[in-house]
Amino acid sequence: MQALTPAPAAIELRGIDKSFGVVHAVRGVSLRIEPGTITGIVGENGAGKSTLMSILYGLYRADAGEIWIGGQPAEMASPRDAIGHGIGMVHQHFMLIDTFTVLENLVLGAEGGALLAGGLAAARAELARLARDYGLSVDPDARVADLSVGEQQRVEILKVLFRGARILILDEPSAVLTPQETDRLFDILRTLKARGVTIILITHKLREIVAATDRVYVMRQGKIVAERRTRDTGSEELAELMVGRKVRLDLEKVPVRQGEILLSTEHLSLVDDRGVRLLDDVGIELRAGEIVGIAGITGNGQSELLQVLSGIRAPSAGRLTVCGHTIDPGHPGNPAHMRELGLAHVPEDRLRQGLVAAFLASETSILGYQDGPPFTRNYLLDGPAVGAHCAELMERFDVRPRSPGLRSSHFSGGNQQKLVLAREIARLPRVLLVGQPTRGVDIGAIEFIHRELVKARDSGCAMLVVSVELDEILSLADRILVMFAGRIVGEVEPGRADERTLGLMMTGAAAA
Amino acid sequence: MRAPRRSSAGPLPAWAEVALLPLVNIALAFIVVGVIVAIIGVDPFHALRLLVVGALGSWESIGYTLYYATNFTFTGLAVAVAFHAGLFNIGGEGQAYLGGLGCGLAILALDRWLPAWLMVPIAIAAAALFGAAWAAVPAWLQAWRGSHIVITTIMFNFVASALMVYLMVNVLIAPGSMTPQSRGFAPSGELPAIAGLPLNLSLALALACCVAVWVFLWHTPWGYALRTMGHNPEAAVYAGTNLRRMTMLAMCFSGALAGFVGVNELMGVHHRIVLDFQAGYGFAGIAVALMGRNHPLGVLLAALLFGALQQGGAELAFEIPTITREMVVVIQGLIILFSGALAHLPRPWLQLLFARRAS
Repeated sequence: MQALTPAPAAIELRGIDKSFGVVHAVRGVSLRIEPGTITGIVGENGAGKSTLMSILYGLYRADAGEIWIGGQPAEMASPRDAIGHGIGMVHQHFMLIDTFTVLENLVLGAEGGALLAGGLAAARAELARLARDYGLSVDPDARVADLSVGEQQRVEILKVLFRGARILILDEPSAVLTPQETDRLFDILRTLKARGVTIILITHKLREIVAATDRVYVMRQGKIVAERRTRDTGSEELAELMVGRKVRLDLEKVPVRQGEILLSTEHLSLVDDRGVRLLDDVGIELRAGEIVGIAGITGNGQSELLQVLSGIRAPSAGRLTVCGHTIDPGHPGNPAHMRELGLAHVPEDRLRQGLVAAFLASETSILGYQDGPPFTRNYLLDGPAVGAHCAELMERFDVRPRSPGLRSSHFSGGNQQKLVLAREIARLPRVLLVGQPTRGVDIGAIEFIHRELVKARDSGCAMLVVSVELDEILSLADRILVMFAGRIVGEVEPGRADERTLGLMMTGAAAA
Repeated sequence: MRAPRRSSAGPLPAWAEVALLPLVNIALAFIVVGVIVAIIGVDPFHALRLLVVGALGSWESIGYTLYYATNFTFTGLAVAVAFHAGLFNIGGEGQAYLGGLGCGLAILALDRWLPAWLMVPIAIAAAALFGAAWAAVPAWLQAWRGSHIVITTIMFNFVASALMVYLMVNVLIAPGSMTPQSRGFAPSGELPAIAGLPLNLSLALALACCVAVWVFLWHTPWGYALRTMGHNPEAAVYAGTNLRRMTMLAMCFSGALAGFVGVNELMGVHHRIVLDFQAGYGFAGIAVALMGRNHPLGVLLAALLFGALQQGGAELAFEIPTITREMVVVIQGLIILFSGALAHLPRPWLQLLFARRAS
């Protein structure tokens, strides 16, 4: 049998099939990954790429089909088997222990004996070898908490290599990185490839697929719908293959028509219990009919800005004026009051803030608006009214499936986001705060969400959009403010901005 | 947790989830109990027959079963309401104790002047008020001071116990009495009961509480906010809920429910304030809520089961000398173990069974 294939593939999947109850997640997928290449797997959320990788990594067992590793059939009953076959996975969310050093994290689960000392010494030597061979240098004695996000990711990759992986699966590796850090990651991946490591890259960012991979598989509805050599394809074609129809990656906008100032801040500051200055002298003006974008690397005060503006946290100093109502440290606001003033808020993290996973979609559709009519009459929730409201939102924002009685957690990320967005926009707010409008949302839904945001802006809503996706800021915003270390470090017009200069401003290296 | 190997077997049908799974759990518990009973030399089927007949065999035994179930319903609901708010109220014991003190004090103060139609509601309200107040202190400590509610509520059980002993021995004891109990209530402070049985009107109050909890949690904006806090406090803050106030509300509601044990025991049965009338019901409420999946209907069913076990177990211990009171506690413990901690043990087997039948 092997005589037919001269060089055995690093990984070969044959007819992999997997169902969860009635959901047919992966349908007869066959693919072949050559050793020493970088292969991209793209697809919308729910296309089956994560399930497929979980099968390969032994987290799920396929209902049918075979996995061949290096020309040998392999049984993947658990991640232990996968590691035994030299497969390693770098998860989107880092699995590191902050208070441990790099070395201690490295040996976690592979301590090599009852006493740590021997294992640590061996690990130190191995780490030095890995650093030499792959150009992956990290200080072994640094505490993980003190490392930058990019370095932490390097530790994750080292952890996998340390366990002897020759096949690396990376799940959305650039989600938390700046453009510069992403470039650095791709350099590392190329070095690894040159040393013979096989890499599988799961992402929804087409630009990265085009920049980093040799070959790309496109998944849709559990099937591989296309296989391309990367150099023969481009973002437009891949997007179309993923969604199954033509997608406009650019956004049409009519010129901005600014109205009155609806939200403004003066010298707004926020200091936490430990005296850390999270927001520092922020001054913002937001006018009706414009979208102001806040660009910045995660953790530079954007989340806190949204919290203060939406009334969740009170400012430590300065003042905030929303629709003529002033909030300062002596007169703190609260989210319910802000809603009454006409401010709506699509939170950054829909799962932690914007919805309750265990609630029905209909219950999620009134979160924050549950008190008073039309949902509460005579102290009782009006169940039919809530259901009808949710059904209406689902229809207007194309939330699928259209089931108000389904648990919120059973919707895909994009549909959850559409439901949250629908809830906030439906009230025709005068001011709309949007955090990470399309985080974890697939391309088809991104296009839709962007159009709805622009529609709200055209109807006179004053909008503040915070996003770590520079593309998104560049295409949505009428004005761009860059945040760094809790301060607004510059203002740029989107026409005169490019990713590189913005990236530099985001790291505090340049000012506008 | 690792994903199940055979995750291809889909989710269970709803009826199997709410009815079949608990039944299988109880059956498993009884099998293990049967083995233990056989080991100590008793025919398990004979013991089971005694247990069932003891709990349900006559009007009298059914009356006792329902009386016990009334207490379990109150404390089970108390735990369930707090649980929906993300709060683990271990203080049902103390809140029940103080609830009894509340209604007892109200009756001792007023029963000579007020008619029953006025005395009874006032006493019930006093039970709720005292139960709520006893829960409000740990709630306040949690909401404003960050003291963990599990620790404070359990400590308050001891404080309640000491307080009651002090009050009964030194203050409320009936003049000339040798036992620490108050004077008897006047008839206006007694709840109508079935002649010769402890079963009294409190059962109706328990059923009303089930309905009230259900309406509150799923059909009012406050219940909605309370559940939001329980599932996802950050989302509750985002929605504009004041978590401190909601913590107070949830715990006061919970404490009031537990306080009704005092109504059942003192107004329904003892007709005076006594010591230790609440013994064990507060803690059993945790198991009842766990088994009833924190839903009022589930709590009611679990309370009936626990009531039946309490009554049947007493009969069993009476009939078979080798099965002691402690043995009955072991049986209860095993049922709690199988329907609480190991509740999902049979799920994969059932899933497989359903998947096989479907294909």
